[in-house]
Amino acid sequence: MDGLNIPLSHILLVSSLLFAVGMLGLMMRRNIIFILMSLEVMLNSTALAFVAAGAHWGQPDGQIVFMLILSVAAAEVAVGLGLVLQIQRRFKSLDMDNANRMQG
Amino acid sequence: MRQLIGLIPLIPLLSSVCLMLLGGRLPRLWIGLLGVGSVGLAALLTGLTAVDFLANPEPFQLTLWVWMQVGNFAPGVAFYFDGLTLVMMSVITGVGFLIHLFSTEFMEEDKSYARYFAYLNMFVAAMLILVMADNLLLLYLGWEGVGVCSYLLVGFWYQNSANGQAARKAFIVTRIGDTAMALGLFLLFSELGTLNIQALGVAANETWQVGDKLPLIACLLLLAGAVGKSAQLPLHTWLPDAMAGPTPVSALIHAATMVTAGVYLIARTHELYLLAPIAMIAVALVGLTTSLMAAFTALTQRDIKRILAYSTISQIGYMFLALGVGAWSAGVFHLMTHAFFKALLFLGSGAIIHCLHHEHDIFKMGGLRTRMPVTFWSFMIGSAALAALPMTSGFFSKDQILLQAYQVDDIGPWLWLGGLLGALLTAIYSFRLVFVVFFGKANTEPDRDTGWRMALPLSLLCALALFGGWIMLPVAEVFPVASGLHPAHWVEYVSIAVPVVGVVIAYLVFYSGQLRVDGLLNRPSMQSLQRFWHSGWGLDALYDRLFVRPYYALAALFKGEPVDAVYGLIVAINQTLNGWLAEGQSGQMRRYLISMVFGLIVVLAIMLGAF
Repeated sequence: MDGLNIPLSHILLVSSLLFAVGMLGLMMRRNIIFILMSLEVMLNSTALAFVAAGAHWGQPDGQIVFMLILSVAAAEVAVGLGLVLQIQRRFKSLDMDNANRMQG
Repeated sequence: MRQLIGLIPLIPLLSSVCLMLLGGRLPRLWIGLLGVGSVGLAALLTGLTAVDFLANPEPFQLTLWVWMQVGNFAPGVAFYFDGLTLVMMSVITGVGFLIHLFSTEFMEEDKSYARYFAYLNMFVAAMLILVMADNLLLLYLGWEGVGVCSYLLVGFWYQNSANGQAARKAFIVTRIGDTAMALGLFLLFSELGTLNIQALGVAANETWQVGDKLPLIACLLLLAGAVGKSAQLPLHTWLPDAMAGPTPVSALIHAATMVTAGVYLIARTHELYLLAPIAMIAVALVGLTTSLMAAFTALTQRDIKRILAYSTISQIGYMFLALGVGAWSAGVFHLMTHAFFKALLFLGSGAIIHCLHHEHDIFKMGGLRTRMPVTFWSFMIGSAALAALPMTSGFFSKDQILLQAYQVDDIGPWLWLGGLLGALLTAIYSFRLVFVVFFGKANTEPDRDTGWRMALPLSLLCALALFGGWIMLPVAEVFPVASGLHPAHWVEYVSIAVPVVGVVIAYLVFYSGQLRVDGLLNRPSMQSLQRFWHSGWGLDALYDRLFVRPYYALAALFKGEPVDAVYGLIVAINQTLNGWLAEGQSGQMRRYLISMVFGLIVVLAIMLGAF
């Protein structure tokens, strides 16, 4: 751990930026693949925050939660890709705005 | 023989059902045979029963089955047969048969020949049930049955909407009386526990004293029913309009039988009325005022059938007068003779209308004496009987009524005088009709004369109208005996003389023209009086203002469903709110996300104490 002494606040800043990038992607992107990727970025940004916090306080909890997030992300991708396939089949496009049957 | 009276209403009923189901497919001859034959058969059976009954005049009862059983209320489909029933059944089947026969020629060219006879047969069946019923509930069934048939037949030519209007009016106006009558039945049942007519008489005499309130109320309610059905004041307005139906229908339903059902009802329940002297006076007064009102109106009418309709109202008024003064058998006697001569007059007018291209206005007729001799003599005899000229049938019955009315305490002479005035007017208007239609110069040429199917019923009814007065009614057992007292001879002489005077006046005014009334009639006051009488004393217009128009206004108001509008408002508010909320659910995933993020930011800001 010596020699690589990056302050926690920097890491948290990176993590927040990543989170904001992911969220912006989520809100701006219309392609569903990119939406999934943005989600992935957001998950990883939180994971980074956990790992950094765990390293800072010398606790294993951060890494455990990181493992948990990894598995959640894997599950999410599995379900999400299935949905992507279905949406592609039904709407013949990957544009999220076309999948708006549930209105009103 | 006595077991067979159940068949008498059944035969016309079966024939009616046959005609309804198969009518369109049968040839005309068969329809005529079925329609006339069934009533003829009923008449024959009635005749046989009459022979049997007169040999051994013992009233009897025939229970066919129990209609329904609810607790101790078990009205049967049961017939009661006594002298009164016999008289009514003879009139219904006998006169009914002649009118059916007449109809075969009158309706010959009508497209709905089978429908006509189906209705007419159903009417005969219902009317027979009405007069044969041994309890008031079965009587009420017949009562409503004849009402329905009347409705169907008045509106027979329904393609003309005025006829439908007249039919509805007839149905609705009588329904007002029927409702009161139903209330009367409820009252009688709840107080006396039975609706059997004979048992009612016994129970009423045991439970109530003369002059009690309950029999008075019950009798007035029954009177209201009778007033509706028999077209008496104030519910008489439907009858003149009911003339929209075919003329034989007017003869059968609106002159001879159905409209006299009210008279029958009161005569049948006379034991109740004897307990309520005030109700009897009410009956007499209703009868007298109606009879005068209708007689004045008949004087001013121009439509031949309307004259006869008002005359019918007036004559039924006489019957009510008779019932009200306790002259039960005289009332029923007048019912019978009236059935003869009024059916005769209506059929005669039907013959005229048939042969004169459906002309109704008497002033467009004239001079028909030589062209339609059978009809002329029918009208002469019918009018003589209607005017109660001596030795005709109407004379015997009307004379009895007037003499018995005279003997009532206190108001008797006044009733008598009113009746005399009515008799005078009757003589004038009936012979006005004869002189205008059959004498003078011809205004319309008949295109044919009556065939035998019209002439035969007319001749037979002529004989009945002339000699029907000698029939002795077998009702001595049914009604209490009238007092044997006889008024002074001059009363009788005056009663006989008045109709003759009326005929002479009609002769002078409408035939020889020696008595000139034009000057008198053309005065403005007389003109307006005449218009007033012509309109039936303004009652139609009054009812129109009082009931019909407010009802229509109310209906128009409720057509928009104002009560529903309140609930409609609640629905509208909910729908608006729903619309607003539904706006948010656009189905656009990204929009949801954006709103979630903004919400998150706001919540975070609050939690971090930014606000």
